[in-house]
Amino acid sequence: MKKAGIIMIIGSLLLLGLFKFPLWNIMLGAPQYPDPLGMNIYIDGIQGVEEFDLQNIDGLNHYIGMKTIPKADEMWEFAVFPKVILGMAILGVVIGLLGFFKKISYKFFLGWFVLMSVLGILGMYDFNNWLIDYGSNLDPNAILKLNNPDGTPMTYKPPLFGFQKLLNFDVTSLPHTGGYLMFVGMTLTLVAFWLGRKTSLKKATQ
Amino acid sequence: MKKILKISVAALCVLVAFTSCNNSGKSGGKSGALASNIAEKVYVAPGEHDSHYAFISGGYSGNLTVYGLPSGRLFKEIPVFSQFPTNGYGYSEESKPMLETSYGFIPWDDSHHPDISQTNGVLDGRWVFINGNNTPRIARVGLRSFETEEIIEIPNSAGNHSSSFITENTEYVVAGTRFSVPVPQRDMPIKDYKGNFKGALTFISVDPEHGHMDIKFQVLMPGFNYDLSHPGRGKSHGWFFFTTYNTEEASTLLEVNASQNDKDFIAAINWKKIEEYVNNGGGTMMPANYAHNVLDENTHVTTSTLKKEVRVINPSEVPGAIYLLPTPKSPHGCDVDPSGEYIVGNGKLSANLTVHSFTKMLDAIENEKFAGDAYGIPVLNFEDVLAGSVEQPGLGPLHTEFDGKGNAYTTFFISSEVVKWKLGTWEVIDRKPTYYSVGHLTIPGGNSREPFGKYMFAMNKITKDRYLPVGPEMEHSAQLYDISGEKMELLLDFPTHGEPHYAAAIPAEIIKENSLKFYKLADNKHPRKATNESETKVVRDGKNVHVYMTLIRSHFTPDNIEGIKVGDKVFFHVTNLEQDFDVPHGFAMIGANNAELLIAPGQTRTLTWEPKQVGVWPFYCTDFCSALHQEMQGYVRVSPANSNVPLKWSLGEDIE
Ligand SMILES: [Cu+2]
Repeated sequence: MKKAGIIMIIGSLLLLGLFKFPLWNIMLGAPQYPDPLGMNIYIDGIQGVEEFDLQNIDGLNHYIGMKTIPKADEMWEFAVFPKVILGMAILGVVIGLLGFFKKISYKFFLGWFVLMSVLGILGMYDFNNWLIDYGSNLDPNAILKLNNPDGTPMTYKPPLFGFQKLLNFDVTSLPHTGGYLMFVGMTLTLVAFWLGRKTSLKKATQ
Repeated sequence: MKKILKISVAALCVLVAFTSCNNSGKSGGKSGALASNIAEKVYVAPGEHDSHYAFISGGYSGNLTVYGLPSGRLFKEIPVFSQFPTNGYGYSEESKPMLETSYGFIPWDDSHHPDISQTNGVLDGRWVFINGNNTPRIARVGLRSFETEEIIEIPNSAGNHSSSFITENTEYVVAGTRFSVPVPQRDMPIKDYKGNFKGALTFISVDPEHGHMDIKFQVLMPGFNYDLSHPGRGKSHGWFFFTTYNTEEASTLLEVNASQNDKDFIAAINWKKIEEYVNNGGGTMMPANYAHNVLDENTHVTTSTLKKEVRVINPSEVPGAIYLLPTPKSPHGCDVDPSGEYIVGNGKLSANLTVHSFTKMLDAIENEKFAGDAYGIPVLNFEDVLAGSVEQPGLGPLHTEFDGKGNAYTTFFISSEVVKWKLGTWEVIDRKPTYYSVGHLTIPGGNSREPFGKYMFAMNKITKDRYLPVGPEMEHSAQLYDISGEKMELLLDFPTHGEPHYAAAIPAEIIKENSLKFYKLADNKHPRKATNESETKVVRDGKNVHVYMTLIRSHFTPDNIEGIKVGDKVFFHVTNLEQDFDVPHGFAMIGANNAELLIAPGQTRTLTWEPKQVGVWPFYCTDFCSALHQEMQGYVRVSPANSNVPLKWSLGEDIE
């Protein structure tokens, strides 16, 4: 159970990587942008991959009537997410410590993982909603108004995950370093659960 | 049987000889059909970059052009000494001071010899210096922005031809006068030239950090014509060499009268010795008038300052600093090999090519073996300084460059060819025709201690029947040769712009990573900038009206301006808000008596417009910037001089 506790602590601490590294990354390449424009999504705001990428993305997007990319203080998420991540990291460390000293059952590890997963899915759901709004809530005076083949107005929602072609842009949306650290951390808490379970099963059979 | 074998081998040899007739024994690698594929050697596939930059002077265009090697593609024309409507250089208020001189605004010059800055004798790719020949000036072009950043005028000088060559740590750029003139200028009979005119050789110091130029001293030499020059390097670092012609000091019909002496001179100047003398307070401050124009890197505004004196040195003041090396007949080019030992004087009327030895020169000086003197300057014996001569290499030698492997390449104007010969043995190794009448040639780094001896290109004066005819006047031709092997191989013909005199070339990787993509708006310190749309405004100051305008894809702010009156002077201060590579916007105003502007991202430029007629007059963007470029336009309402239409400006007001 000692080992499981340590892994639980490490796993939860990996969440803190989100304070330094971006969670997600969206790159926009086009023939006239051989060096693609890109945005990094951090838990506390969005930044350009290069210094002026956001300005240039906004400059292009205004043709199709997209809103400008929100500043950190324009979305409640960027105030709440850091608190949630910090809270989950602390909670995980506490659970890990308690597990280390055998004060609680390994099942709490799984509990943390489930809670984190639920929060994560909610986060993704929220992010996807924002992408839908960003890509479809367009300025009615937009310069370019394009329709799909079926006559419905075209929307420009970037993909939540993976690759999509949006007009002349190749858009790629993938987790970034902070996101990967989080996934590894969450996996470690599962490992901690599994180890804890194995130890306790072993004990039970002895 | 043996005989049959012999015959078939012979037949095979003949076949091979036919198929590889272009394969002139290059070293290494491919053979046969592959090696003879010359097109492949200059082909740079779409999207790929050339391996070298070449900076070719524009002569009478007053500009400097940037080409890629080996493709021969033109990338940019950099305006230096000439107004340039393409981007408003010399027309915009910020750049007009760059063309100020003591004679006033001079919108043209004749640019001849570019030279790239060096550190420890190796090209460092920071700046290109180039001379203005007609109204003597030296310019410095920054190789981050590829813009002219500074021009200094040269007093007491005329026909600034033996310029602008630089010492091996860019300590000095020289500006040697081709024409001697009265110093100081005065009203006197031309026939009294001899003994009265002077030739000023100007040493301009270069600030090692910013490249800013300052005339450190001028040596007032006898009244010869100082044609070309080169710095010593390596062992001869600290010396500068100048070819002379018209040592006869004739003042009329020079084609005859300046060709009488069997030998003219190469003047060898120990600039370190003179610098030491100057640093100790030597020389005389002489009244002078010359402009010094500097572009401020933060405001993007050029300031012109008139300087009032210059430090002059008479050769007799610094004994042991200047010597004359007799050189046959009217030498043109003056070229120093990478080791610094050999000084090649290309006597353009001589049958042989003369090479002097720096070591022998020092030795002759040490032993005071002088043949006499000219105006007090010791003349050395020809035989004492001669390293050797290349016998009958061609007709009309002009310029020599070096490949760093012990070979020299000399152009021959009259016989239209480049001749490769070996330093030390003086034997001719190869010769290749040029089409036609070659002037200068360039090897990347050929003017430094470390040439990059892969390519050589020749700049020819006559182009006929090389390209499709375009009437009596056409661009000159350059020809690119591969010099990596024993024999030179002609690879490519490409046209050059203006009258190219000389060029400097450098491997691309030394420059391209440092190249500026756009100006940062946050660093823009222009006094009339508007860094966002809320800072735009129109301000009246008597009859002057200042419009603080911004540009972004695809609109001007403001795009409706009212309250301008006939007789006003309108200054459009236009800031490009883009922060993206390669997105300039243009600005053109109907009836403006100057040019358009091309404003780089993050930059502010000012165009002056004096409205003369009542009406509503449009302006628009001239650089296709976006899908809505055609819509990038606006109007200025011009009312009668006595009207009281209030100043008003707006963008998009009737949309809401
Ligand atoms: Cu434009």
